[in-house]
Amino acid sequence: MEQSTREAYGKTLVELGGQNKDIVVLDADLSKSTMTSLFAKAYPERFFDCGIAEQNMVGIAAGLAAAGKTVFASTFAVFVPGRCFDQIRMSIAQPGLNVKLVTSHGGITVGEDGTSHHAIEDLGLACSFPGFTVVVPADAIEVAQAVRVATQTYGPFYIRLSRPKTPLVYDPDYQFKLGKAATLREGKDVTVIAIGIMVALALEAAQNLAQDGIDCRVLSMSTLKPLDKDAVIKAARETGAIVTAEEHLRLGGLGSSVAQVVVEQQPVPMSIIAINDTYSKSGKPGELLKKQGLTAANIESAARSLVAKKKDS
Amino acid sequence: MALDGQGSGEKRANPGASADTTAEAVTFLKGKALLKSPLSMEEMASVAKKLRRHIIQMTGKAGSGHPGGSLSSAEIITTLYFSVLRHDPANPRWAERDRFILSKGHAAPLLYAALAESGYFPIRDLSTLRVLGSCLQGHCDMTVTPGVEISSGSLGQGLSFGIGVALAGRLDNQDYRTYVLLGDGECDEGQVWEAGMAAAHYKLDNIVAIVDHNKQQIDGWNYEVMNLEPLAEKWMAFGWHTIEVDGHDFSQLLTAFDEAKQIRDKPTAIIACTVKGRGVSFMENNIEFHGRAPTPDEVERALEELK
Repeated sequence: MEQSTREAYGKTLVELGGQNKDIVVLDADLSKSTMTSLFAKAYPERFFDCGIAEQNMVGIAAGLAAAGKTVFASTFAVFVPGRCFDQIRMSIAQPGLNVKLVTSHGGITVGEDGTSHHAIEDLGLACSFPGFTVVVPADAIEVAQAVRVATQTYGPFYIRLSRPKTPLVYDPDYQFKLGKAATLREGKDVTVIAIGIMVALALEAAQNLAQDGIDCRVLSMSTLKPLDKDAVIKAARETGAIVTAEEHLRLGGLGSSVAQVVVEQQPVPMSIIAINDTYSKSGKPGELLKKQGLTAANIESAARSLVAKKKDS
Repeated sequence: MALDGQGSGEKRANPGASADTTAEAVTFLKGKALLKSPLSMEEMASVAKKLRRHIIQMTGKAGSGHPGGSLSSAEIITTLYFSVLRHDPANPRWAERDRFILSKGHAAPLLYAALAESGYFPIRDLSTLRVLGSCLQGHCDMTVTPGVEISSGSLGQGLSFGIGVALAGRLDNQDYRTYVLLGDGECDEGQVWEAGMAAAHYKLDNIVAIVDHNKQQIDGWNYEVMNLEPLAEKWMAFGWHTIEVDGHDFSQLLTAFDEAKQIRDKPTAIIACTVKGRGVSFMENNIEFHGRAPTPDEVERALEELK
């Protein structure tokens, strides 16, 4: 079953907006795509469309937060943080203000719109701000919970959503815990750590591996920063091999963060499934994912290679 | 005079106010009806001179900093902090305070001097500008300095921030006003005009942008580096009630701030024509002092002129 993460975001905002009058929502002329339009309809006095001016939107968000508001500001992931990196740095990150930047259309599954709309650097940029919390929910259930937790947690957040509907990977009774990886499948031979749409593919890979007797653990690392180091170290110690999977550049995203922990704390063989140092062109989301190697088959073969390497050594 | 956002500019002169200790000259009453003893023009001039002396001494001691654009804004800041703003130095986070947002964050020495003279922190702290561990950072930092409302220094961002503050005031039915001081060179930044458009679109009449139009920026005169003119017409075209004043003339500044309070449904821009380095002969219109501190010898000569 698939659900829209964007719709989950919009609906959750409406729900939270009814409970908390200090929530203010901004958008930059993309409210129908990010689904902040639902909040705009419910609470027009607390919604401000900033027009096609993301830098200004970030500054307005910071000012509202400085005056005590809990601010959600949304647009496409390719525009925030990229287009207004310095505005986020000085106006939000440095003072640590209570602004939640929630972007939709993360990664290359934007598809046909092409390079200009493929957000592949956003997580690296967002993680680079000291004090920022970065969350990449894996499905609509987690979006609703993560947005709620972000509202209850003072400080700057970056939350990345997707354009396409995504499969539900969590049970309905799932409890999102900020800064904690969710173990979706236990395993002792190898661990796949994934974020966003790659979590569903990781589960698919693990199922295939099981048929060949490879016991694969799957972690959803929805809080990319601060990273759940304990879960990474435990996975390295108990399974001896780690594959990461993300819809983002190799540099600055999940693979980089996990590798830092592994290298320093518990060195084990690793394989990073991510976008190589290149921009994608127009195409169907599935075609682009395949071209970049972001597939269940690739996760599976990376895991097999690591397991084989373990046996050889 | 009552400065509850609707105050008239009628009783500015107060011969009874003390001229030498400006912090003492500002008296506060409890509660919302905060009153000030406004200063006479002579007393305002004396405060501005005091702030200029601080700027010279602070940057001279630090060995770095931006005296030029600090000196040019001295009358603007004096007018705001010692006559216009509703604020309480003993309670910097007071919810009902007027907000002053220094978008041209390199003029931090001037703001620090005004805050110290107002009583936000001891005047002796001014000598710690730019020193490791000091609450007085090279550029404005809202996380460490009492009374500083924004972290700035990367230009072009203060007006957007100010719009957020002003929108929050309107949402909360607060009558505080938001004042944002920009540099003219700063108006090269596109974000300033994004914000300019937005403030007018939101019909914010509780925000005032002051542009310190000293006509110089680091690489030279504005018209050589990036022509801004016609500057006032630009703000008008963006939907702002625009007033041009001599930025070193207290009565013109006060009149402009009062006028801004009467304007409904649109923001006000005050284009304050100033001289960079104002008050020190060898710094006036000398772009070298945009970002260079005076040497010990220059400090001595400057202070002699600012006696």
